[in-house]
Amino acid sequence: MTGRLALTLGAAVAALFLASLLVGPAGVPATLALRALVVADDPLLALVMREVRLPRAVLALVIGAGLGLAGAAMQGYLRNPLAEPGLLGVSGAAALGAVITLQTGLAVLVPGLLPFAALAAALAAVGLLAMLAGPRGGSLTLILAGIGVSALCGAGVTLVLNLSPDPFAANEALFWLMGSLADRSWSHVAIAAPVILAGIALLLTQARGFAALTLGEDAAASLGVDLTRLRLAVMLGVAAIVGASTAVAGAIGFVGLVVPHILRRFVRASPAALLAASALGGAAMVLAADIAVRLVLPGRDLRLGVLLAIVGAPFFLHLILRQRLAAQ
Amino acid sequence: MPRNRGRRMSVWPRGSERLRALALGLALGAALPAGAEAPQRVVSMNLCTDQLALMLAAPGQVISVTWLAHREDLSPMVEAARGLPSNRGTAEDVAMLQPDLVLAGRFTTVATVEMLTRLGIPVVRFQPENSLDDVEASIARMGAVLGREAEAAARIQAFRRDRAALAAHIAPLPPERAALYSARGFTSGPASLAGDILRAAGLANIAEELGIGRGGLLALEALILADPDRLVLGRRHPGRSEAQALLDHPVLGAMPAHARGTPMADRDWICGTPHVLAAVIALIAAREDGA
Repeated sequence: MTGRLALTLGAAVAALFLASLLVGPAGVPATLALRALVVADDPLLALVMREVRLPRAVLALVIGAGLGLAGAAMQGYLRNPLAEPGLLGVSGAAALGAVITLQTGLAVLVPGLLPFAALAAALAAVGLLAMLAGPRGGSLTLILAGIGVSALCGAGVTLVLNLSPDPFAANEALFWLMGSLADRSWSHVAIAAPVILAGIALLLTQARGFAALTLGEDAAASLGVDLTRLRLAVMLGVAAIVGASTAVAGAIGFVGLVVPHILRRFVRASPAALLAASALGGAAMVLAADIAVRLVLPGRDLRLGVLLAIVGAPFFLHLILRQRLAAQ
Repeated sequence: MPRNRGRRMSVWPRGSERLRALALGLALGAALPAGAEAPQRVVSMNLCTDQLALMLAAPGQVISVTWLAHREDLSPMVEAARGLPSNRGTAEDVAMLQPDLVLAGRFTTVATVEMLTRLGIPVVRFQPENSLDDVEASIARMGAVLGREAEAAARIQAFRRDRAALAAHIAPLPPERAALYSARGFTSGPASLAGDILRAAGLANIAEELGIGRGGLLALEALILADPDRLVLGRRHPGRSEAQALLDHPVLGAMPAHARGTPMADRDWICGTPHVLAAVIALIAAREDGA
């Protein structure tokens, strides 16, 4: 990643993080709000800033970075620009894992289990996709496999919620399939952040493998890249990020699709640089989207995933068109 | 909130003997013989009309209530409903019972009510009550519909007496501001039954300050900054949902008002019947106890 790109993205993330702290239904002057983060002159405002807005912004930062990176890693590994955890049903599977763990009460019985259950479900989905489409599989097979996994997991989530004795649960498929960061607390950060950060670290260490992989699998193998280990690392890293993110904020799609595509031209197709840049870009995108949901329809609980899909889905269609034109 | 947890077991803290006597009085009510014209096979398909009908009807006059009326967490009249067949409010369910009168709520599906009317079964719909005065009106209407006017008049008189007694109870209490907060962040305003319950307990409703009339979603931040003296939190249903998980948000526990929170027992809050006074009594008891 060039220094200038890193600086620009870093500055954008910092600015958006700050903005995220300043946006909320309780209109508070910016200086007062930021002061309340440090000094508790006004104990109520300090509560709002430290316990409501700060965890939300931190979660947006960590989840965004993770999802941007996960998208770049999946695209690099599958060498397919359409690969994205949300589109391929990995997020849906994570949501199913999370919903089952929560509704069966296992999440309360075994503290700390929640992100790992979602991780396991995400891992199963990634494995299934790799099996169905194969690392050399074409876009069509991959996307079709993704549609199948998505549909199955979406139905599973809805079924489990319908079976819940809680009258509110039945209406919450939207939360799990469209994602939201509203009213997340430090307990959500504590559940998800360590697992997401571990996934990010795991993926970032695979930069050399991704670089070699651009030459093809045989060339990469002859360069001494252990392909089995690389595959395992990518699958685990993506599953950790997507699983833990989904467990606390629902499925958030399209970040991993849009961000690497926009940034690819700035990193001169260097996979290692793209990984780091996508992490920063993802953080910026999710922070921006989470600010937008609070500004566009305040008090109406607009879903993060709705906004990202409105931006991301046309982008996805555009990519399909470009692939078709390139094939002709 | 260890103090609060202990209180949840019993609505009755020490030193509320007068309130207790009042509450026992609420449950009393003698049955009178039905009039000649009165319907003899009444089916109720709404949890709230279930309760009003059971309260006023002659023995055997009500032949079915909703399945919800048998749930202890939702209905204060489980005892009266015991043994009565339950229905799930579908047209088929209800028609099979061959009723000569069906009681429905304002929001019972239009399609169901239309079908019953087409089948020639008279349906009477009840509006949801938005105040304690509405409760009196509903009792009177139910009495007229069931041909039990005398019983209804007695109920209304007792209800008025109890309200007056409670009003005298709250007079010496210091003014306090309370917030109602339920799943999804829903709060009830002054123009709702829950709002009137607060008022009857002598509590000002922060929803009123925030311009919420009947009810609406209240952002967590706005709730905190409104700084209520007392939090009245929605009771947890079994199971789990993100909507209810909001009530476990650590920031609520950090609010000064949380220690003086009172849980809302659904059965006393959702239907406009004299049982709402049990909710009022619970609130007043918590205030008098200094909690």
